[in-house]
Amino acid sequence: MFSWLKRGRTKETLKDRLELVLAYDRAQIPPGKVEALRNDLLEVVRKYFPTGQSSIEIEQRGDMVVLLANIPIDENAQGRSKP
Amino acid sequence: MDAKVIVVTSGKGGVGKTTTTANIGAALAKLGEKVVVIDVDVGLRNLDVVMGLESRVVFDLIDVLEGKCRMSQALIRDKRVENLHLLPASQTRDKDALDPEVFKEVVRGLIETEGFDRVLIDSPAGIESGFRTAAAPATGALVVVNPEVSSVRDADRIIGLLEAQQINEIRLVINRLRPKMVASGNMLSEADILDILGVKPIGVVPEDEGIIVSTNIGEPAVLGKTRAGEAFMATARRLKGEDVPYPKFDVEGGFMAALRRLFGGA
Ligand SMILES: Nc1ncnc2c1ncn2[C@@H]1O[C@H](COP(=O)(O)OP(=O)(O)OP(=O)(O)O)[C@@H](O)[C@H]1O
Ligand SMILES: [Mg+2]
Repeated sequence: MFSWLKRGRTKETLKDRLELVLAYDRAQIPPGKVEALRNDLLEVVRKYFPTGQSSIEIEQRGDMVVLLANIPIDENAQGRSKP
Repeated sequence: MDAKVIVVTSGKGGVGKTTTTANIGAALAKLGEKVVVIDVDVGLRNLDVVMGLESRVVFDLIDVLEGKCRMSQALIRDKRVENLHLLPASQTRDKDALDPEVFKEVVRGLIETEGFDRVLIDSPAGIESGFRTAAAPATGALVVVNPEVSSVRDADRIIGLLEAQQINEIRLVINRLRPKMVASGNMLSEADILDILGVKPIGVVPEDEGIIVSTNIGEPAVLGKTRAGEAFMATARRLKGEDVPYPKFDVEGGFMAALRRLFGGA
């Protein structure tokens, strides 16, 4: 019965979801398209830096949806992957 | 219910059609059916967010009708429940983009080609073209009603329209019932509503804050443990022909309930 309490303040989850979905609505872009782009980009990044801690997040900035990529490029830490 | 294609409708807005579609859809899938829920509220889609699938929408129903994508590309498979799928409405088009005859063909394809056992259609509010299109492919209907005057009146109107469309398997889902108010004689009871409308019931769902939480996190209540979730699960079982008794809801008032609260019981 209290399982949902463990999730904490669910309105925060709702707020995040709503901000994102409204940004897509206003921009008239299907959200899944950006999600797919993000996954494809991540796949490419991981091909070059397989062990890196790269991340790409979808964020809402005002009326825009932006992809924020964090790709640490450090050959020594990653180990060289020859093509 | 024998009907493979069921429209979820109400006449009056905001009584719980989308909530019912999401929960009955998820419940039927949990019970082993291959289910697709369709949002036909073109321009005002919501079933995707209620189900927590909004981030995966790429194509929609109108794209399928216009041949811009294949059906399989528009169907979103729910990863939490096997065999549950969503066909989203378009958010950017207007209602005229959806023709009832074309929609009928699409639904036929879902059953004959894609092999779905059950199609649930979330109707927009009102009795105009949006409702008519939603009802066009249906052979059964769930009429969602709240225990209050305007909802019951609109439900009666909708039932008449459904019957005129040769939809004869019509069942009532009474939603947002407040047992305490029913007990004090200040809210229509299940029995009152059935008396007035003369349609067979299939579910009684209490008012439950758990529904708000479940929508916040985008997870149908039948996947968690809430009173409303259990009521929707029981409704789905009845829909499949099981004989599930209607529970007596705990009246959250009175001496015994006060005692239970005092001693920390549920
Ligand atoms: N049993 C319930 N207990 C508490 N809240 C509920 C219950 N059922 C529905 N609600 C809430 O009522 C509101 C309307 O529900 P919902 O969107 O499902 O209605 P609807 O009939 O689809 O509306 P519309 O006509 O706009 O499409 C939502 O905020 C939902 O969370
Ligand atoms: Mg709705």
